[in-house]
Amino acid sequence: MAMAEQSRKGRRRSPLFGIAKKTGSTLLTVVATMLGLLFVTFFIGRVMPVDPVLSIVGERATQEQYQAVFLELGLDKSLFTQFFIYLGDVVQGDFGKSLRTGFPVWDDVTRVFPATLELATLGTLIGVFIGVPLGVLAAVKRGTWIDQVARVVALIGYSMPVFWLAIIGLMVLYGKLGWVSGPGRVDIYFEDIVPSVTGMILIDSIIARDWTIFWNAVSHIILPASLLGYYSLAYISRMTRSFMLEQLSAEYITTARVKGMSEWAVVWKHAFGNIKVPLITVIALSYAGLLEGSVLTEIIFSWPGIGKYITISLLSADMNAVMGGTVVVGLVFVLLNIFAELLYKFFDPRAK
Amino acid sequence: MNAFRSTLFSSAVILAAGVSIAPVIAATPDNMLIIANRIDDITTLDPAQSFEFAGSDVNRNLYSKLVGFDPANLSGGYIPALADSWDVSEDGKTITFTMREGVTFESGNAVTAQDVEWSLRRVITLNKTPSFILSQFGFTPENVAETIVADGNTISITTDKRYATSFVLNCLTATVGSIIDSQTAMEHEVDGDLANEWLRTNAAGSGAYTLGSWKPDESVTLVANNDFFRGAPEMQRVIVRNIQESATQRLLLENGDIDVARNLNPEDVAGVALVDGIAVDSELRGRLMYISMNQKNEILANPKVIEALKYLIDYEGMQNGFLNGQYTIHQAFLPATYLGEIDDAPFTLDVEKAKALLAEAGYADGFEIGIVVREAQERIEIAQSIQNTFAQAGITVSIQVGTGKQILGIYRAREHDIYVGAWGPDYPDPNTNAGTFAFNPDNSDEAGATGLLAWRNSWSIPEMSEATLAAVVENDRDARAAMYEAIQREHQQTSPFAVMFQKIEQTGRAENVQGLSLGGAITAVSYWNVTK
Amino acid sequence: MSLADTQKPGLRGWLLTDTPTSRRHARAASLYQAWLSLKGNHMAMLGLGILIALVIIAALASVLAPSDPFIQDLSLRLTPPIWQADRDPAIEGYILGSDSLGRDILSRLLYGSRITLYIVTLVALMAPIMGLLVGTIAGYAGGWLDVILMRITDIFLAFPRLILALAFVATLGAGIENAVLAISLTAWPPYARIARAETLTIRNSDYIHAVRLQGAGPMRIITKHIWPLCISSLVVRVTLDMAGIILAAAGLGFLGLGAQPPSPEWGAMISEGRKFILDHWWVATMPGLAIFTVSLAFNLLGDGLRDVLDPKDGAS
Repeated sequence: MAMAEQSRKGRRRSPLFGIAKKTGSTLLTVVATMLGLLFVTFFIGRVMPVDPVLSIVGERATQEQYQAVFLELGLDKSLFTQFFIYLGDVVQGDFGKSLRTGFPVWDDVTRVFPATLELATLGTLIGVFIGVPLGVLAAVKRGTWIDQVARVVALIGYSMPVFWLAIIGLMVLYGKLGWVSGPGRVDIYFEDIVPSVTGMILIDSIIARDWTIFWNAVSHIILPASLLGYYSLAYISRMTRSFMLEQLSAEYITTARVKGMSEWAVVWKHAFGNIKVPLITVIALSYAGLLEGSVLTEIIFSWPGIGKYITISLLSADMNAVMGGTVVVGLVFVLLNIFAELLYKFFDPRAK
Repeated sequence: MNAFRSTLFSSAVILAAGVSIAPVIAATPDNMLIIANRIDDITTLDPAQSFEFAGSDVNRNLYSKLVGFDPANLSGGYIPALADSWDVSEDGKTITFTMREGVTFESGNAVTAQDVEWSLRRVITLNKTPSFILSQFGFTPENVAETIVADGNTISITTDKRYATSFVLNCLTATVGSIIDSQTAMEHEVDGDLANEWLRTNAAGSGAYTLGSWKPDESVTLVANNDFFRGAPEMQRVIVRNIQESATQRLLLENGDIDVARNLNPEDVAGVALVDGIAVDSELRGRLMYISMNQKNEILANPKVIEALKYLIDYEGMQNGFLNGQYTIHQAFLPATYLGEIDDAPFTLDVEKAKALLAEAGYADGFEIGIVVREAQERIEIAQSIQNTFAQAGITVSIQVGTGKQILGIYRAREHDIYVGAWGPDYPDPNTNAGTFAFNPDNSDEAGATGLLAWRNSWSIPEMSEATLAAVVENDRDARAAMYEAIQREHQQTSPFAVMFQKIEQTGRAENVQGLSLGGAITAVSYWNVTK
Repeated sequence: MSLADTQKPGLRGWLLTDTPTSRRHARAASLYQAWLSLKGNHMAMLGLGILIALVIIAALASVLAPSDPFIQDLSLRLTPPIWQADRDPAIEGYILGSDSLGRDILSRLLYGSRITLYIVTLVALMAPIMGLLVGTIAGYAGGWLDVILMRITDIFLAFPRLILALAFVATLGAGIENAVLAISLTAWPPYARIARAETLTIRNSDYIHAVRLQGAGPMRIITKHIWPLCISSLVVRVTLDMAGIILAAAGLGFLGLGAQPPSPEWGAMISEGRKFILDHWWVATMPGLAIFTVSLAFNLLGDGLRDVLDPKDGAS
């Protein structure tokens, strides 16, 4: 990891000074990245040959009606003026209104993001609980058939067009076998029954102690989450294997073995103990990837998540919505990155 | 079960063969109707602004109008709704409606002539895209105070000319004719916007349903209005869920998780037809599929080329192939079931004839041309089929696919060569299509008549425009029909439009659901007659 | 030990020497040894074999294809593959069935391999070079240039990838070239990170100091001395990313913004075929299998390469 390289080079200074400086520069990084993100999105939105006015007025509008909306949106002003007006609003917490849905972008995003969060979290959990043991096993049994099977299982996950697998999975497991529930987050007549606290139906139904809805939601989420989980499993298991191999070939492991330590202890206590930190980085990155919203999975499973929201908005030139969504996704990504970096500083002996 | 057998082209296909692909394991609750549909085009619920298919579907159930259609008898034409009766003045310019007594809005307020006055004036004042449906009668923000006037329990509207009464009343059945609860709405007015912002996401009507919730891209939930003046609807809740994929809709339907699937493609229709307990309905809708040739392009402006290209489209192959059951060949700009419709279909795929015409035009070796088409499977397939048949006469076609808004932008700016388009009528009167396919009084770029299809294709037709204008003021029904027939026959031969197909909407439905009307070619869906 | 003892005869001997006579010789020798070790990895060789087959198929598509990939026959649309029982035995050809416009799927797949190769080659050239350029300059120059370049990299990294690609394609217009460009524009940041990390470790090595003392300028050091050292980790990463790139191109095709009809691009073919997936599975499944096979081949090869070239490569 490049970040790891950077952090290993941390210099020694007075700890307090160091912390203050780090916090300051981290904050600066976040702000600079977010600004850049906003600017790039804004710029793309404006050069895109999709006309936001047409999205509002529709096919039949007269020139005069078109012009009225054009002015209302402030599109006659220069690009930079528009950007700074927008930026001013954002700083005050106002992301504007979605042109397409008519709702404030912030409302829309807080509605769609929990759906993605729920799916991505479960997907990552599946990926971790299967992927990590699989990776460790493959490393320990390097070169045996177990290693080969693990490799093929993982690489198939990498190579499968997810939308294709999703359609097939839906057709077989829901359509033919009826083992799981269909598209959507819950059966539609269960919607809006439990009060929305977190926006994540699994958690909301636990809070409300409504187990019927909880199990219904589980039966809906399990298939898309498994698909995303398979994908992240593939990545996590390959990385785990690679980290473990590095450790297992290290001198201290040989020493431990020579000392007669049990194989279990060697693998899990020593080698695995040492890869925890880079592994968490990998998991955080894979989690961040899923939190971007898997557009294709969301479309096929009619999952009202953020990936689908941003995509549809983009295609109808609803730039307020696209920027709001991108900022949230970008922020999550940056924060997860910082979190991984902090972990490194905290646990990696070389960084201390 | 078939409530619209009377509609001319409506037919119901029920194929309940013994083969069941999936066991029907669940069923939706008895007093609830659950529909899968693509509803991500809804941008607003304000009747003065809403102008998309899915929006009209919602509005028709939330609001009542002065006149409306009986979902069980669409071909019967408009019938009294909030208006009990009406009189036309001697000069034919003023129509006075008498309001039905005892009807209330969902708020409990009585529906009065004042509300009608406010609602109709509001359409003109706000001047949103669909306002032309009313403003074409000469209403302006300046004159509405004199032309739309309530008096006691009557409301009179005065047009600038004497129009066919049926034309005026047909326009009042459109979404813009919805009557809003003025008192409730005005409580939510912000900065003099006549509650435009509030009505975007809320409703204040007297329809069969009230708005439970609208979650963009997800679902619309309607809750029954048990005080509805035509009687309480049986379905207490109607939930329309946004499902993009046909395959997904089919799986949901086969598993009993929804009652109605509205966007099944021909293959999935054939599939669900084999499942026990599922019926397929086919209802003719108003939407036309056409290609148009920009007259700014020198080659396409040649009348021989226009004629040749109309012979280079495989109408039958497409109808019986990938459009099977969902589009029917139709080559005139008025949809079947409209006054003045004609069913002539003079063009078929005839490569030899087309080659001869091209040779006459001086393009014996063909030419290169571009087609723009929006990202929608059936339109892309149509474009590819046309590309294939054009090539047989030596014409090389490049296809440009883009998002809907992108392609529409090109079209409105008159920058295309050939456009693959769809057009749905805005109100159930022939002028809705005549006024755009066959009307273009000023073809200059400065005119900017972007709403007119003839203008978008740069087709200058001063005489045909006159004929179209003459047809709207003709009050004799038969004479009027004859005028439209004549215009269409000329249009069919000479215009740069090749109208190809009319839409048939195929709906998969759980067999126990009865009485659902999609609105035929003239209006939108209605849920209040549905039973289970 | 004399030279004669260790030097085995012939090219093989020259390559297997442990006393190289020149730098080029040394590099050739180490590459050969890597190749030998890769050869022992059956999975990786399988992957390589598939990719070589893909190149051959692409080159000979016009000879191999049983018919024109663009010819339509609406009366024979959705013909099942030859082994399906429900197929009308009177129909000839269409070994893998036909699509919704009655085109031969096998021929389209064969021609489509050219497009896949085209996408893969272009992206594999563009994205790593962009990343290499940004990463090595940032790493070598350090200071404010490093900060600025890495911030830009972070901004692009923080962007949802498919959405960024979508935005680019929407801006540039749909089409295969623009899809390639868009994917490259979204794919370079990880390469920049790797290249920078490598540069940082190489920059202060004695070797580079020596070169600098001999009077080499920064441009020369970067291109002649740093780039070659970054290549191996980049090659591994690129091979592993290829599958993702093919899938991204297919995803754009799926959303209708990749290759334009009637191009037989595999992703677009899946997208067209998904309409029929429940009853006519082959229309979407055949191109799906093709994409899967090629992606898997790249992954197998990349995984093998990683074991050989870069056993310690971590998360980046």
